[in-house]
Amino acid sequence: MTMNRETIVNISLALLLLAIPLIALQLNSPFYVTLATRMAILALAAVGLNLALGLGGMVSFGHAAYFGVGGYVAGILAHHAFSGLPLDFGLFQVPGTNMMPIIWVVAILVSGLLALFIGAISIRTSGVYFIMITLAFAQMTYYFANSWPAYGGEDGLSIFVRNQFPGVNTLRPLTYFFICYAILLAALVLFAAIRDSRFGAALQAARQNEVRVATVGINANRIRLAAFVISGMITGLAGALYADLNRFVSPSMLSWHMSGEFIVLIILGGVARLYGPVAGAMLFVMFEFLLGGMTDRWQFFLGLVLLGVVLLARGGLVGWLAGRARHG
Amino acid sequence: MAEPILDIRQLSKSFGALKATDGVDLDLVPGEIHALIGPNGAGKSTLINQIAGTLRPDTGTIRFLGQVINDLKVPERARLGLGRSFQISSLAPEFSALRNVMLAVQSVQGSSFRFFKPVMRDASLIAPAMEVLERVGLAERARIPVAELSHGERRQLEIAIALALGSRAFLLDEPMAGMGPEGSKTLTGFLDKLREEAPILLVEHDMDAVFALADRITVLVYGRVIASGKVEDIRKDPEVRKAYLGDEQ
Repeated sequence: MTMNRETIVNISLALLLLAIPLIALQLNSPFYVTLATRMAILALAAVGLNLALGLGGMVSFGHAAYFGVGGYVAGILAHHAFSGLPLDFGLFQVPGTNMMPIIWVVAILVSGLLALFIGAISIRTSGVYFIMITLAFAQMTYYFANSWPAYGGEDGLSIFVRNQFPGVNTLRPLTYFFICYAILLAALVLFAAIRDSRFGAALQAARQNEVRVATVGINANRIRLAAFVISGMITGLAGALYADLNRFVSPSMLSWHMSGEFIVLIILGGVARLYGPVAGAMLFVMFEFLLGGMTDRWQFFLGLVLLGVVLLARGGLVGWLAGRARHG
Repeated sequence: MAEPILDIRQLSKSFGALKATDGVDLDLVPGEIHALIGPNGAGKSTLINQIAGTLRPDTGTIRFLGQVINDLKVPERARLGLGRSFQISSLAPEFSALRNVMLAVQSVQGSSFRFFKPVMRDASLIAPAMEVLERVGLAERARIPVAELSHGERRQLEIAIALALGSRAFLLDEPMAGMGPEGSKTLTGFLDKLREEAPILLVEHDMDAVFALADRITVLVYGRVIASGKVEDIRKDPEVRKAYLGDEQ
């Protein structure tokens, strides 16, 4: 493999994110480990969105729905494991669990199903209509969670003890960081594979020119829908991790602020770029932390940065460091 | 005459009060170039769009390889073997010429639902794509993004894609438009040979090219066929001369 500039930028970003918690522990400030974990999880959520938005050109303003649903899967399963009462679906009952691998699989499946439902309806539209429909669906899940008292309603739902992973102690911040970091890397490998595959070629071509894709005999909407579902699954998995990081789920994970944040992360880091979401999440969390410590109005300054990126460096941080994307 | 590959009967399409296609009969037999000519606004592109499936006719039938295809969508018609090029070229601009052709090759090979094998290391996609690029004379430009190709090169690329699809008939909408005399000449030579592979329905304003290439000509005016037949007959037809060719001789 030839080391082009983008590869070097990507490896540097990956190492930088890995270095933050290790250095933090040397300096005896475990808080930064949590910060780095937050970066990894938000990056993972944005890798999911980047598949739909970056590769497929589907500007979903509703990815908080999958993020939040993933979070609620973790919260609800943990809640039932803690209380010992099974989930009652009427016809059958399902026990809760505090095992992360099971929670992740359920989170992926449930958010995938939701993305299939929302995507099947939204994908018929494009442009502003697509943005609005995805937003509307996400807001529906938000208000649903808000008004559903069984799992805390607007107060949210606490996870009393972080869920477990066989063989390790997830309560150790560094261990949990490594879990999230490993999943992020796996998702990046998956993203790169999809981008370079036949499926990815059709998806990216459909973004560039739908008529061309149809003229060579490929049904663009089927490709888009599949990409949208995979995208929702990845973001849903990130939601489950996020719930376990905070040991808390609330409707705010489903709100449009969250959806907007994911889009901002991608634009900051570089749309459709493999490490765009990683760069974006690192920048975003850093801003939030540094500026948030100085002023409550840190989002005003984030807005200025975003403006600068959109006007001056349209490829985001990765585009600025590595130059324009190459398609071979 | 041989069994037609494409057979259009009594096709009509209106936009409000405007009859863009008015009871058109047209067929395409193996080995021929059938030119479709007519003044601007005669409904040539509308007709091509109905054959390719972008527009739905109001009435009439389109039969392709013996099958009525009225209800098939664009991708289905493409997979059956209707290859088209556009009046204004329509390609994936960020992709290289090669990747544009590879998209057609992957469609022919079946599924686009393959998620893991990298296309740029897939000889079964690259080799056939390079072969058609070679044929249209774009091999040296294979790695150039479409956005950086010249107008004429994009035209050639559209034909290369139609070739890669293994098309059983070509619908070419003004392939010479905007090309220099040199490019037109090369393309004329190319299309002359292409007809042996699959018949061509050629919409073209360049009359030199039309008379040099066509086996048959159909003249469309206000959506209606006013004449159709051998090139010599069309040249002599008084109505055609009046309506379209102009009485210059």
